[in-house]
Amino acid sequence: MTPAKLNPVRLYPPKPQKVYFFGTCLIDLFYPQAGLDGIRLLEREGIEVLYPQAQTCCGQPAYTSGYTDEARAVAAAQLGLFPEPWPIVVPSGSCGGMMRNHYPKLFAGMEQESQAEEVAGRIYELTEFLLHVCQVQLDDLGEPEKVAMHTSCSARREMGLAETGPALLARMGQVELVEQARAAECCGFGGTFAVRHPEVSAAMVEDKTQAIEATGARHFVTSDCGCMMNIAGRFEHQGKAVSGEHIASYLWRRTNS
Amino acid sequence: MSNTVDTDREPVQTFTPREFHRQAHDALGNPQIRANFRRAMDGLMAKRREVFSDWELETLRELGANIRLRALAKLPDLLEQLEANCQANGIKVHWAEDGDEACRIIRQICERHEAKAVIKGKSMVTEEMHLNAHLEAAGIEALESDLGEYLVQLNQQTPSHIIMPAIHLNTDEISEIMHDKTGTERTRDVDIMTAAARAQLRERFMAADVGISGVNFAVAETGTLCLVENEGNGRMTTTVPPVHIAVTGIEKVVEHLRDVAPLYALLTRSATGQHVTTYFNMIGSPRKPGERDGPQEVHLVLVDSGRSNIYQDDELLDTLRCIRCGACMNHCPVYTRVGGHTYGTTYPGPIGSILMPHMMGLEETKDLPTASSLCGACGEVCPVKIPIPDLLVRLRREAVGEGRGNVPGAGVKRSKKEVAAWKGFQWLATHPSVWRSSTALAGKLQALMPAKMGPWTDYRTLPKPAKVSLHKLVERHQADQTRAGKEQS
Amino acid sequence: MSARDNILQRLRKRADGPLTAPVSDFTVVTGRDWNLQERVERFERLISSVHGEVIHTPRATWTMVLAQVLEAKGIRRLALGREHPVAAEARAALGASEVMLIDADRDIETWRSEQFHSTDAGLTSTRGGIAETGSLWLWPTPDEPRLLSLVPPIHIAVLDADKIEDTFFDVIEAHRWAVEGMPTNALLISGPSKTADIEQTLAYGVHGPRELVVLVRHNGETA
Repeated sequence: MTPAKLNPVRLYPPKPQKVYFFGTCLIDLFYPQAGLDGIRLLEREGIEVLYPQAQTCCGQPAYTSGYTDEARAVAAAQLGLFPEPWPIVVPSGSCGGMMRNHYPKLFAGMEQESQAEEVAGRIYELTEFLLHVCQVQLDDLGEPEKVAMHTSCSARREMGLAETGPALLARMGQVELVEQARAAECCGFGGTFAVRHPEVSAAMVEDKTQAIEATGARHFVTSDCGCMMNIAGRFEHQGKAVSGEHIASYLWRRTNS
Repeated sequence: MSNTVDTDREPVQTFTPREFHRQAHDALGNPQIRANFRRAMDGLMAKRREVFSDWELETLRELGANIRLRALAKLPDLLEQLEANCQANGIKVHWAEDGDEACRIIRQICERHEAKAVIKGKSMVTEEMHLNAHLEAAGIEALESDLGEYLVQLNQQTPSHIIMPAIHLNTDEISEIMHDKTGTERTRDVDIMTAAARAQLRERFMAADVGISGVNFAVAETGTLCLVENEGNGRMTTTVPPVHIAVTGIEKVVEHLRDVAPLYALLTRSATGQHVTTYFNMIGSPRKPGERDGPQEVHLVLVDSGRSNIYQDDELLDTLRCIRCGACMNHCPVYTRVGGHTYGTTYPGPIGSILMPHMMGLEETKDLPTASSLCGACGEVCPVKIPIPDLLVRLRREAVGEGRGNVPGAGVKRSKKEVAAWKGFQWLATHPSVWRSSTALAGKLQALMPAKMGPWTDYRTLPKPAKVSLHKLVERHQADQTRAGKEQS
Repeated sequence: MSARDNILQRLRKRADGPLTAPVSDFTVVTGRDWNLQERVERFERLISSVHGEVIHTPRATWTMVLAQVLEAKGIRRLALGREHPVAAEARAALGASEVMLIDADRDIETWRSEQFHSTDAGLTSTRGGIAETGSLWLWPTPDEPRLLSLVPPIHIAVLDADKIEDTFFDVIEAHRWAVEGMPTNALLISGPSKTADIEQTLAYGVHGPRELVVLVRHNGETA
């Protein structure tokens, strides 16, 4: 029985000396540059970034597929990677949401419960951390450009971070964030959903690409590589000249002198 | 918007959750269905947003959730209290373990009154038990009177949405149905069609022997049955025929009369974006001596149908909070694209996917809990804050045999192949040195994914695995920094 | 064992143990603190938005306004009660008019067809109104039965401005509904009958009245 409590407003700490960086498996395997760019953005804020080399995956693919035991084993292997009380920054709302919201449930009533809760309490999504903790100032050196943003459903709804990505883009002097139709609607990725229900997923990503294309922007950013893989993969499959990029790379690329 | 009707309308189609994939394929390929749902859902979402704009929505949702939780916490006591108060008011109370028993009880009441014609108000619980077919088989005609239900029944279909049963049909299709089945002139004028249906159904209200309705809230402390509606067919059904039978799931009880005020506010706003419905009909008793109209007999049938099983489990219990507003379907990107019939169940969309497995078993419904991208839109709008995405995951666990095993059909989806794949994933992800050192890691992981990647690449390009992993990039980056630091010093 | 006993036993012997009921805070549905004018305005705005027609009248002359409404809408046959002051005053005022007054305080079995087929309008009193949602609150009586506000194509309801309360919750609490007990039938009515079942297009008068006219009666200075 889930008690009905209002979502507490998150109180943000002052900027720390150090943070842990949990890069996520998707970034590790497919988009490592996005991870590195995220690390550089944090370092530029004067923060030392600790990257535990033993990290692998948050366990979410197994978790959302119903394979709880396997997910728990994978999650348990991550719990011990962050021994110091530094914040843990994750460049993904999806993996961040898993660690922040589902780890405590995954270990409820178990030995690691308090550790899971402690770790969960230190999880921050990258754009959230840059905006609210670093209060980052961004000096945009790029050409004037229109860009679309897709905020992942997990960042938007699970972590309540609908505004952090757009807020960072708003600090970019030369960037115009365009409005897209049904911005809050899912792109159809959903992890294994895309392979279990491929046709429905395809219909969803088709609508998403159309909405982005209709904005006139030729570039979109997202803070979740799952969505990017899906949306950019669809654009590419259609031979459309709309490209996608993780917001960390976009911000770093345009502000790095 | 051009609305065209295929003049050779397809024969009546039956839908089953077993065929979700095929039905989804058909629906996705049907531009009419796609357009009808998209337009309707967009409209409903916009109206909900607007009507809640000046409300303390989160506070109201929290109250709604608390009221429902309180009712569930006291459920057996409240059901007894409801029964006692209804009986004191002259309402006869019946209990049914399942839909079949409820059908029998209702049929027997009809037979006792030698009923030939039953008029029905909207009731999803009677859809659950296929009451109409049961009554027809006993020679009792059951006619739906909610306009949407009436149209769907004329078209020999089932509702595709719990609040708007005929949402899958457009004006031209409805005109065609009314022309075919009732001889109404073909028209695109909704007022003409509505007036025709009014005339057709008024005669049936007067002629009906029994009226059957659902219940939105059953109030334990007063024995009051509350019905929410816009059309007036619910009031007709519960007032005109000499016998009224109200049918409801056992979870619909609330403790206090004041509890209905916030729930009603949440229901109408969440469902259709209305501040209020035209009628809120509170039924306290049959006609008392000296009163001039209303049924001589009122019955209440309380139906379990798997609900008491859901009730056993702390997590699954939240399913029973539902007040049947349909907002989860209105906001579901999957429902919006495939429509209600695709699910093949009485309740479609997210709520159906967490409720129907309990009623039909996971063998029948195993594809429903996965028919969600877990985008969270359903949970976000649910007026009683049911954590629908979490419950979808719970049912996925049950389906693959890693839950508590207390849902019918638990473990039905467990396959050695998929278990092996996830065990492989687990092994890899718990052996960081292997994970790290494996240069062809992406390739390895792909082979271990639960399903083939074909479905992905039919519609999208697959990104190439990076030549250098983030682990390696970070190592190099840190080495560079150390070197730079040394050079500086 | 009966189905009843089985169901209750399953619920009582809950596998995960007894549940704790949370406390409910009803602040959000009460405490609007509107004044009379705000209540009247909000009531009118909300009920008008769903095709309810609001006509204001001084209390003393409301039957003249009623006569004008009947005239304007071409209502020849008006069903109404007898004992309620609203019905009594209307009868007195309309006695000499051309409008045929149909007695609503009869067993429905004796005049169902007449009510369904040849009654132009039903006149009822109301117990009060709800500002927040633009709703009327009716408790039908033998004098003004349930179908009087439903079957005729036009429903004319008489509402006293000072009987409009802020919210539904306030009505339930202020009038001690749960304590004093509920009648055979209690109703909230918010506009004429409507449907959007045909492609989301609103249509009025599907099963109940096509029109709802609310005569809001004001005392003295609020008129």
